[in-house]
Amino acid sequence: MATVTGTKKVVGLTGNSAIAYAMKQVDPDVCAAYPITPSTAIMEEFSGYYADGQVSTELIAVESEHSAMSACIGAAAAGARVMTATSSQGLALMWEMLYVASGLRLPIVMAVVNRALSSPINIHCDHSDSMGARDSGWIQLYSENVQEAYDNLFQAVRIAEDRRVLTPVMVCMDGFITSHAIENLTIMDDAEIKEFIGEHESAYSLLDTENPITVGAMTLPDAYMDIKHQQSKAMAASKDVVVEVAGEFEQRFGRSYGLMEAYMLEDAEVCVVVLSSAAGTTKVAVDELRSQGKKVGLLKPRLYRPFPHEEIMEALRGCKAICVLDRADSMNGFGGPLFTDIRAALYDTPQRPVVINRIFGLGGRDYTVEDAMEVYHELLRIKETGKVETLSAYLGED
Amino acid sequence: MATLKELSNIEERFTGGHRLCAGCGIPPIMRLVLRVAGPHVVATTATGCLEVGTTIYPYTSWRIPWIHSAFENAAATMSGIESAYNVLKRKGRVPQDRDIKFLAIGGDGGTYDIGFQALSGVLERGHNMVYICYDNGAYMNTGIQRSGATPFGSATTTSPAGSVHPGKQQRRKDLTRIVAAHRVPYAAQASPHNWRDLEKKARKAFQIKGACFLNVISPCPLGWYTKPEDSIEDAKLAVETCYWPLYEIEDGLLKVNYKPKEKRPIEEWLKKQGRFKHLFREENRHIIEELQKEVDRDWETLLSLDGKRLF
Repeated sequence: MATVTGTKKVVGLTGNSAIAYAMKQVDPDVCAAYPITPSTAIMEEFSGYYADGQVSTELIAVESEHSAMSACIGAAAAGARVMTATSSQGLALMWEMLYVASGLRLPIVMAVVNRALSSPINIHCDHSDSMGARDSGWIQLYSENVQEAYDNLFQAVRIAEDRRVLTPVMVCMDGFITSHAIENLTIMDDAEIKEFIGEHESAYSLLDTENPITVGAMTLPDAYMDIKHQQSKAMAASKDVVVEVAGEFEQRFGRSYGLMEAYMLEDAEVCVVVLSSAAGTTKVAVDELRSQGKKVGLLKPRLYRPFPHEEIMEALRGCKAICVLDRADSMNGFGGPLFTDIRAALYDTPQRPVVINRIFGLGGRDYTVEDAMEVYHELLRIKETGKVETLSAYLGED
Repeated sequence: MATLKELSNIEERFTGGHRLCAGCGIPPIMRLVLRVAGPHVVATTATGCLEVGTTIYPYTSWRIPWIHSAFENAAATMSGIESAYNVLKRKGRVPQDRDIKFLAIGGDGGTYDIGFQALSGVLERGHNMVYICYDNGAYMNTGIQRSGATPFGSATTTSPAGSVHPGKQQRRKDLTRIVAAHRVPYAAQASPHNWRDLEKKARKAFQIKGACFLNVISPCPLGWYTKPEDSIEDAKLAVETCYWPLYEIEDGLLKVNYKPKEKRPIEEWLKKQGRFKHLFREENRHIIEELQKEVDRDWETLLSLDGKRLF
């Protein structure tokens, strides 16, 4: 059993307020950001902390998200602890710089408040923004609720700055559903946070003029691949650091995190895999079906990049039918991004389960307990009959 | 003001052995500017000739901390470094007695065009840094494509001298004045042939607090179709014809730093450059006349503003 040493203080905050408060507690050296719905309130509230002198941060209110990430890159290469936040088009505009941040191995932490991508323009939740950035070399943590988003942010700092990792981290939470909903959460004291995250000691700094370094040199075919290979290895190895940091977090604060959350999965015959807030809705359906004696379960990946394929394979080993719910479409004519990853991970299981895909909740479309029930009923039918009528589909649409 | 001998005694911070072309205007500009910058300077360079030519891994020409992150964001990247410096110095993680200078560098493509927004943001926010644009009048690194700085009539690979469209059909941006319109403390135009003027301007830019800007003409034998050994002379001729006037705007006050005794016709500058060769065909002669009119008008406007406040 974990010994909880942290104080327990329960407050009601929106997801955005909780992230802004967490950022205040981290007190990063530099924040560069540009407003975009639904993440705007994070930087608004953080700007309030800045204006009142509650943080020591240099705040750069840049003229675009591209410049936000560019300034973060410059600041991180100068040895600063750096944070930012964005959503949707903002993340899309940063896209070029995401790869530069990860390629230069800069431990930047960014809150991503998930929102649909244009077109058509839509300000509501889906995961098409962060899914579009899933191969940008950033670690991605997905949060079910306000508490998880708050807790993930501190862990992200530790993971990113770990010398074995040195990779930027996105902490994702659902736009409006989590960012604008007030939930009760347990917050920690500033001192406890300071102790947990520690001081940032960068591996090098552009401000060390006595030991000048060249960062971001042009590389040719003789070196580029080796550098990417190093990055790839660090990315894969970061999985262990995520677990390690979660362990220490639990020791200190009592809340348990891992690579994923398995809900009623141990003896489950059918299972839904889903990220973020929809997992909470799905749990209600699981409870209802369990009360009817149905062996249903839920898997909620927390770490999506790097993709913990072995652990996911292990967790889903006993299931006969699985539905992966994607809040983004890959537009590949096959299925959503989570689906293709999960299905690939299960290829090596001895009794390969049936894996279907349902795209749901695009552009903020409601996902209800009834929707989850419909999915479970279909999975139970598949388990009985062994027949899959539709491999990939949009939930609730023909 | 330093003498040439004094300048040459300052440690070289931009080493030889780089891959920039013979006759390229950038190295003499960089060598001089970095000498003036002092021992504690951090630089960033937009994607382009300077970046590619100086850092092919594992080699570097930079004896100072240097970073490249992308094409359009040299100014924004440096704003992050400068902000990090401010906070880390406050926190005692940078020696208190160390006064670090910050230098962002871009070509005309990375400054007039794709990097313009990031530059404008930095100017408006007033970061304490110097931005230098080396203006060679086209995207030379990718093979001479037109930019917002390409002169009217010039042939590039994306504004070739065709029979219908003889070279670039649009006028160039007046970037120095656009920068000054941000009400920055210092903006100036310079040329590598006049090292004394360039040195003075670079010194001012590094000394004045806030976002300072230098626009420096940089001859490019590859894109101008000129002789490498003529580069400094070609830069001089750009100034003598008043195509590239040397002036500065300090705290809103405009000062023309050099007035040629006898303004040379633009044709003299054009005829040395292969990119303008087609203008000397009979049917294109009118373009030279238009260019001359434009240069005359701009020069007169500049003279009328000499000694006057712009803001």
